[in-house]
Amino acid sequence: MSESSPPGGVGLPIVEAIGVSKRYGATLALSEAGIRVMPGESHALVGRNGAGKSTLVGILTGLREPDSGEVRFSGQPAPPISDREAWRGQVACVYQHSTIIPDLTVGENLLINRQPTRRGLISWGALRRQAREILDQWNVAVSEDMRAGDLKVEARQLVEIARALSYGARFIILDEPTAQLDGDEIKRLFVRMRELQAQGVTFLFISHHLQEVYEICQEVTVLRDARHIISAPVANLPKDRLIEAMTGEQVNLGSADTAGRTPATDAAVALEVRNIGGEDFHDVSFAVRRGEVVGISGATSSGRVGVAEAVAGLGGFESGSITINSRPMRSGDVPTALALGVGCVPKSRHAQGLVLTQPVADNVTMTIARRLGPLGFIAPRRRAEAATAAIRRLGVVTEGPEQLVASLSGGNQQKVVMGRALANAPSVLVLMDPTAGVDVKSKEALLQVVDDMRREGKAILVVSGELEDLRTCDRVLIMRHGAVVAEHEAGWSDNALVASIEGI
Amino acid sequence: MSVANPIPQTSIVEPRVAPTAAKIVVARLRDLALLPALALLVVIGTLVSPVFLTSGNINTILTSSAALALVVLAESLVIITGKFDLSLESVYGFAPAIGAMVVVPAANFGFGFELPTFVGILVVLLVGGLIGFINGFMVVRLRLSAFIVTLAMLIIVRGMLVGATSGRTLFDLPDAFYALMVITFLGMPLAVWLAAFAFFVAGIVLRYHRLGRALYAIGGNPEAARAAGIRVERITWGVYVLAGVLAAIGGLEITGYVGAISANQGNGLIFTVFAAAVIGGISLDGGKGTMFGALTGVLLLGVVGNLLTLAQVPSFWIQAIYGAIILGSLMVARFASGQSQE
Repeated sequence: MSESSPPGGVGLPIVEAIGVSKRYGATLALSEAGIRVMPGESHALVGRNGAGKSTLVGILTGLREPDSGEVRFSGQPAPPISDREAWRGQVACVYQHSTIIPDLTVGENLLINRQPTRRGLISWGALRRQAREILDQWNVAVSEDMRAGDLKVEARQLVEIARALSYGARFIILDEPTAQLDGDEIKRLFVRMRELQAQGVTFLFISHHLQEVYEICQEVTVLRDARHIISAPVANLPKDRLIEAMTGEQVNLGSADTAGRTPATDAAVALEVRNIGGEDFHDVSFAVRRGEVVGISGATSSGRVGVAEAVAGLGGFESGSITINSRPMRSGDVPTALALGVGCVPKSRHAQGLVLTQPVADNVTMTIARRLGPLGFIAPRRRAEAATAAIRRLGVVTEGPEQLVASLSGGNQQKVVMGRALANAPSVLVLMDPTAGVDVKSKEALLQVVDDMRREGKAILVVSGELEDLRTCDRVLIMRHGAVVAEHEAGWSDNALVASIEGI
Repeated sequence: MSVANPIPQTSIVEPRVAPTAAKIVVARLRDLALLPALALLVVIGTLVSPVFLTSGNINTILTSSAALALVVLAESLVIITGKFDLSLESVYGFAPAIGAMVVVPAANFGFGFELPTFVGILVVLLVGGLIGFINGFMVVRLRLSAFIVTLAMLIIVRGMLVGATSGRTLFDLPDAFYALMVITFLGMPLAVWLAAFAFFVAGIVLRYHRLGRALYAIGGNPEAARAAGIRVERITWGVYVLAGVLAAIGGLEITGYVGAISANQGNGLIFTVFAAAVIGGISLDGGKGTMFGALTGVLLLGVVGNLLTLAQVPSFWIQAIYGAIILGSLMVARFASGQSQE
């Protein structure tokens, strides 16, 4: 807090969070953090994944109650959590995911659950008129009769902003609004933000793209590891200091180790990707040797996940070739990938990694069920042995192989996914966001496993946006707009890598 | 990022064995959730009628439940895979009817092909499999809603049965069509042994074979199953075909039991089938439930039906009471297992 600047303008901040803390189980999501946003400014909130941004947004919008600390609007204490109506009058958040109902019209979405009625029945004429008024007032050029699901992202965001404003809120949180927009759309969004700002609307702007922060915001607040690091006018905080505030000055032995280890230049190439192109990537080539860890990073939409999924057979590729131990991989075919010796931690453990309703043992043996007994029968003893071995190797905290995965903590669930990836003794490991959403200790354990696997001579591809994950890598490829644009040898500095990912 | 304390780390790595056994016992107990209800009905049955616990009556209960059991087995497999098949009740009538009609002479309302009897039996199985195949095609390949596709198939196949027979009842069938009920082994008709065997095999496969485990994985999370290399489409499709064949065999059993095939054989059966499966702990969400549970569901309904007959409940009231007992059993199972049934 030492570098917090005094409020730039006069009067009370439109919103202020003071010393808020929030704990989820063992994880401290927010620790004594604070923010103050003055009326009429555009305030940026930045921090890496897990820094506590979304928790703070949840608290500022009244969706989550802080364990301690308080929120004030224009100097007044925030309404009670149960009074949604009052919160809506103060603050609104436009999320990355849509909160409109796609099969209703734009008009009904604007006035949902407060449709104008006549003698107890909805008056559709009045609804259309009121919706038109709201859209005109905030200069949104969208027909009120349009099916909301047909709106483009850009128009959808404007409708959501207009809806928030129509509740009386003059403080709007934009959660990564530019992530799904292209360059021209971003420019138009910024023009619109400036117009609204001139009309007295205050924005809290969240983005991973730091140059946007400099373009549109006057103030910036940085969170890191659940703590408030700094709040300052953007003019006083050059990019390098901003990145430093985001990443911290970490002395990490892991990176020194990585830099010091001798690359296995003479080892056989286990994975070779040559000029592959697909839905969101093109012309990507690289090779991974046995005992080598290669990272791929980039923004969420950079195509890094598409490349990883192509290697693991989860997604397809249209051109180019992938060879695993000199044998060709077929596009979009998981059984072939498994047979060729690819183990995979998919991007989302809930969507693709686990069957939550099944026990740990079934989840970790899912890829190797055919090897656990004759004719496809699963010998209970061998299943239990395989499961216990995985539990032991990965340090899964569980009551035993028969515990349902749904009742494990996030970190332990992720270890089970890792266990599944390792079950078929793969020679190539593809790890997508292998430590996403896990606590610090599980993260360490998982990264230790990655290092152990490297020592065993596996070729490892780590695809992640997390610096901690990438620190285990011998080299990191950076992707942007579907192509590899840079390569960093081990020993990179956090600042250089973040700058490369963010494209500045 | 703090460095983790290495000391608790080592204690974590030791898998704790003691609670495992207890957990497994609890998990097994959930399969037994219906047994209290079943026991209660047996007590009531003994009080209501001295005949109830005789071997003859038990034989009756099992014989009359055998056909239903096969359809419940078929439906349970489909539900565990996370899908629905409502058309099984129509297959149950249509498949044996077509099988019979290719065999019996035109005078007995057959098609007049008068093919050998074994071909007729084969046709029964083929028709069941074919309807399952069509269901599978539409659900898996065309990605239509399983509920609506099989509802439409239920209506179509039922209509085809009525159309093919012109609404008449087929009787005087070759002996082979009655064999499952006529031939007995250790005092029980083959139909009962067949149903018991089918449940045994399905139980083993679901628990100890990778195909069975794949059904649970697909029903629990198809994306995760796909990522684990399971051929989700192929297996789901196969389950539909298998379910059709099983329902056709069930239809053959009821044909032997009744001694004829009426144009409305199986009409309304699907409600009973779902009731038995859900009472038996098969979750409609998919991915949950065991063959043992499904079997207790079938037995419970069989006992209830038998009791109502023995108690000489006026026939006009049987349906209402039957429904009420299904609801009651559902509640007993819910609270005995402590698990919600979605």
